[in-house]
Amino acid sequence: MESILKWIYANEQMIYILVLVIFLGFIVISRVPAVLHTPLMSHANAISGVVIMGAIIVMGRADADNYVALALGFLAVILGTINVVGGFVVTDRMLEMFKKKKK
Amino acid sequence: MGVSVLSIIYIIGAVTFIAGLKMMSDPASARKGNIIAGLGMLAAIIGTIFLYQNEDGSLLKNHIWIFGGILIGSVIGVLAAKKVKMTAMPEMVSLFNGLGGASATLISLVEFNHLSDLNFPAESATPGIMAILFAGIILGNITFSGSMIAWGKLSGRVKDFAFKGQHILNILLLVISIALSVYITSNLQGANTTILFYTVFLLSLVYGIFFVFPIGGADMPVVISLLNSLSGLSAACGGFLYDNKVVFTGGILVGAAGTILTVLMCKAMNRSLTNVLIGSFGGSKAAGDKKEQGSYKEISLNDSAVVMSYASKVMIVPGYGLAVAQAQHTCHELQKMLEAKGVEIKYAIHPVAGRMPGHMNVLLAEADVSYDKLIEMEQANEEFPAVDVVLILGANDVVNPAAKSDPSSPIYGMPILDVGLAKNVIVVKRSMKPGYAGIENDLFFQPKTSMLFGDAKKVLQDLVGEIKSL
Repeated sequence: MESILKWIYANEQMIYILVLVIFLGFIVISRVPAVLHTPLMSHANAISGVVIMGAIIVMGRADADNYVALALGFLAVILGTINVVGGFVVTDRMLEMFKKKKK
Repeated sequence: MGVSVLSIIYIIGAVTFIAGLKMMSDPASARKGNIIAGLGMLAAIIGTIFLYQNEDGSLLKNHIWIFGGILIGSVIGVLAAKKVKMTAMPEMVSLFNGLGGASATLISLVEFNHLSDLNFPAESATPGIMAILFAGIILGNITFSGSMIAWGKLSGRVKDFAFKGQHILNILLLVISIALSVYITSNLQGANTTILFYTVFLLSLVYGIFFVFPIGGADMPVVISLLNSLSGLSAACGGFLYDNKVVFTGGILVGAAGTILTVLMCKAMNRSLTNVLIGSFGGSKAAGDKKEQGSYKEISLNDSAVVMSYASKVMIVPGYGLAVAQAQHTCHELQKMLEAKGVEIKYAIHPVAGRMPGHMNVLLAEADVSYDKLIEMEQANEEFPAVDVVLILGANDVVNPAAKSDPSSPIYGMPILDVGLAKNVIVVKRSMKPGYAGIENDLFFQPKTSMLFGDAKKVLQDLVGEIKSL
C-alpha cells in the first residue's frame, strides 16, 4: 500500500496529465461530424506515432557495440517514421479533396 | 540551456496536437489542423535528436543511424501515402497503425534488455516501471498483430476465421499474459525471467491475431479505431518509461480520442462495443427468421434510364458495393448527364456507408462530386417524400426497413435511410444475396422497388450510354 502511495507521489505530474488529457480527448472528439471520421482516425493514428521520439532516444543511447539495441532501435525509428510521415501525408491527401469541393 | 529549449519545444508540440485535433472537427479548418500537428511533431523530433540529454547530461549519439532510419521511413511513408487508392484507405490506416504499435513494442523490448543487462536494479526496475513496460509490450503487440490481420482482411488477403470457444481462448490468452507479467514483476531476480518475458511477448502477439480474426468485414472500422486507441496507449507507456511528456500527452490524447471515436461509430450502427467484439452479429444469422419472401421485380436498363431522365429529383444512395466496384467516377458521370437534362441530383450518405465512417464522402470527393450535393441521413429522410427515384448503389443494410419495423432483426434500432418514402426505388445489386450482415432486406420485395442486377460500375456505364441515346 505504502509503495503505491509513494509511486503516485513520485509520478504526480504524469497522473495530472493523464486525467486532464483524457477529458480533453473526449471533449475535442465528441464534436467531430461523421463526415470527418475517416480523416480523423488517420490523423489520430499519425499522432500516435509520437512514440518515434522514444525510438530516437533508445537509438541515441545505445552503445556502439550493443548491436541488439542498435538494430531494434533502428527498426523502431523506421517503423515509427512510416507511421508519422505516412499518417500525416495520407490525412492531408484526404482533406485536400474535401477542401477543393467547398466553395 | 538546450534542455530548457527542448521543454519549450515539447510544450508547443503537445499544444499543436490538441489544437490540430480540435481543428479536425470542421471540414474548413481540418487540413490546417493536420499540418499544424505535423509541424509540431517535426519540431519535437528534431529537438529530441539534437537537444535531448540523458541523466548524466550527455547528448544522444548515433546520429547517422537515427537520420538513416528517418530517411528510410519517410521515403516509404510518403510513397505509400501518395500511391494508395482512396478505396484502400482503411487498410492503409490499419497498416500504419500496426507499424506504430510495433515501434512502441520495440522500445519496451530494448528497455527490458537494458534493465536485464543491469540485473534489474531495485531503484530503476520498480514495480511501477515494470508494470508500464509490460503494458507497453502487450498493448503494442496487440496493436501490431491485430492491425496486420485487419489489413489482411480488408485487402482480401485473409479470410474470416472463427472456431468454437475462441472467445474463451482469447480471454485465457489475455489473462495468462497479465498474470505472467505480474509474476515476473514480483520475481525479477528469478531464473526464468527472460523466458517468461518472451512468453508474454508471444502470447500477446497471438492474442492480437485471434482478437481480430473472427470480426466481420463491416465491423472492421470499429476495430481499427479501437486498435488506434490502443496504439496511443502503448505510445503513452513508452513516454512514461522515458519520462517524455510530449510522447505521454500525445499517446493519452490518441487513446482517449480513439476510444470516444470507437463509441461514436458503434452508436452510428446502434450496437454496443461488446456486441461488435463478440461478433453476435454474424452468430445470429442462423437464428434469423426464414419467413416466406414475396417476389421481386426486375427493371431493364432502358426503363431505368427513362424513369430517371424524366424525374425531377433523383437521390443516389451509395454504399460499400459502389466502393468495391470503383464506380464513383462513373457515378459522377451519370450525375452530370442527368443534371444536363434538368434533373436535380443529390447523394444521401448514411453515417456508416462505405468501409469507414465518412469514407463515402472521401470517395465521392475524389470523383469530383461537389460537397454540397452530399446530404446527411436526417436531411435525406426529410427530402425522400419529394424524390421521384432513389437509386441504391451497393447499399443494403443501411436501407433495410427491418431496422425500424422488426424487433427480432439483428439491426433493429439502427437508424436507416427511409427510401420507402420516395415514389420509386431502383436497387442496383449483383444478386439477391443478403448483404454483409446476412439479413434479408424486405425493401427488395416492396411494390415500389425494382431490381437492376449487375456490377455497379458496369450498370452505371450502361445507364450513361442509355441516357445518351435517349
